[in-house]
Amino acid sequence: MTHVLLAAGSGTNLDPLFSKGLFWILAVLSVGAAITMIFMRQAVHCALMLAIVMLSLAVLYAMQGAPFLAFVQIIVYTGAVLMLFLFVVMLIGVTTSDSLVETIRGQRVWAALGGLGFLILLIVGIGHAAIGTAAPQTAANGSGNLTGIAKLIFTTYVFPFEVTSALLITAALAAMVLTHRELTEPKPTQRDLSRRRVASGQVAPEPPPGVYALHNAVDMPAMLPDGSTTDRSVSAAISQRDMELGRNPQAEVTSDLEAEERLEAERQVEAAARGRDEQ
Amino acid sequence: MSPAAYVFLAVILFAIGGMGVLVRRNAIVIFMCIELMLNACNLAFVAFARMHGNLDGQVVAFFVMVVAAAEVVVGLAILMAIYRARRSASVDDANLLKY
Repeated sequence: MTHVLLAAGSGTNLDPLFSKGLFWILAVLSVGAAITMIFMRQAVHCALMLAIVMLSLAVLYAMQGAPFLAFVQIIVYTGAVLMLFLFVVMLIGVTTSDSLVETIRGQRVWAALGGLGFLILLIVGIGHAAIGTAAPQTAANGSGNLTGIAKLIFTTYVFPFEVTSALLITAALAAMVLTHRELTEPKPTQRDLSRRRVASGQVAPEPPPGVYALHNAVDMPAMLPDGSTTDRSVSAAISQRDMELGRNPQAEVTSDLEAEERLEAERQVEAAARGRDEQ
Repeated sequence: MSPAAYVFLAVILFAIGGMGVLVRRNAIVIFMCIELMLNACNLAFVAFARMHGNLDGQVVAFFVMVVAAAEVVVGLAILMAIYRARRSASVDDANLLKY
């Protein structure tokens, strides 16, 4: 990687064989990840595939003499945008996957055909255009990629650059306005909360799970002082997961309790025998 | 590799992104496919910048990244608002204007 960046920083004087090999590896990787992204049903998997595409694109930028863009790609895209995507995926629910029912008949087939046609159209069009070989770096580059870009941004493109700042501020405000929710009722104060707690009859916190002599798993119900177990100590999500996996912690609890009773009985018999010996 | 190879890679990625937008119905995944298309455009910009031997293409790619970041922020905020109202991220369910 450092080799790539060093070579790319001073233009595109990469070893031709090396650059060719790296290009093909990254091209196959990115196209494969992009295709997998379309077919993954879970949004989280799609986001991870997109991360692969973005990281390989960053290396491709570095190979083409754009180290600044390569780092911006990693920091802004992979670091910020993709994390924002994952954040929203987690907020909206990881479990929401696409339904396989087609609402428009033949949508998938027609979409695939349309995409393929578009691809052929673009490839034929660009194949006819004359794309020359890489030109030598002109004086516009300055003493390096970074200084060259800075010079361009702050001279030729200074007005778009300023407009960009307005755009970013507007976007930040828009995000705040769109996700803001008005409170329809006054926020409960600490006094209200403690009133509610006393009125509910459950003043102390719920018993924690797994506080049981032989287990500390979270799906094990806690044992109350009277020897019974309570389901309230186990989170509903965990018991549902247990049910999906076909586990039954209750059976283990009862068998453990029986074993405990048997042990206790044996201990009593032993104690009685010892007492007889001492007499 | 010549810039043409990079441009063809960008074209393939762009077409895959477009296909994803057409096929998928989860709004978040559609957004991801749009991001893929924007990235493909950036790759083409960088390739063309190398072809011409100047940096204008790289600057434009930089601006595309900034605009994409703003677009993602607003888009995901709208998505959150829709999800809050309709409890679904599928684009099939956002059809209130239809009837």
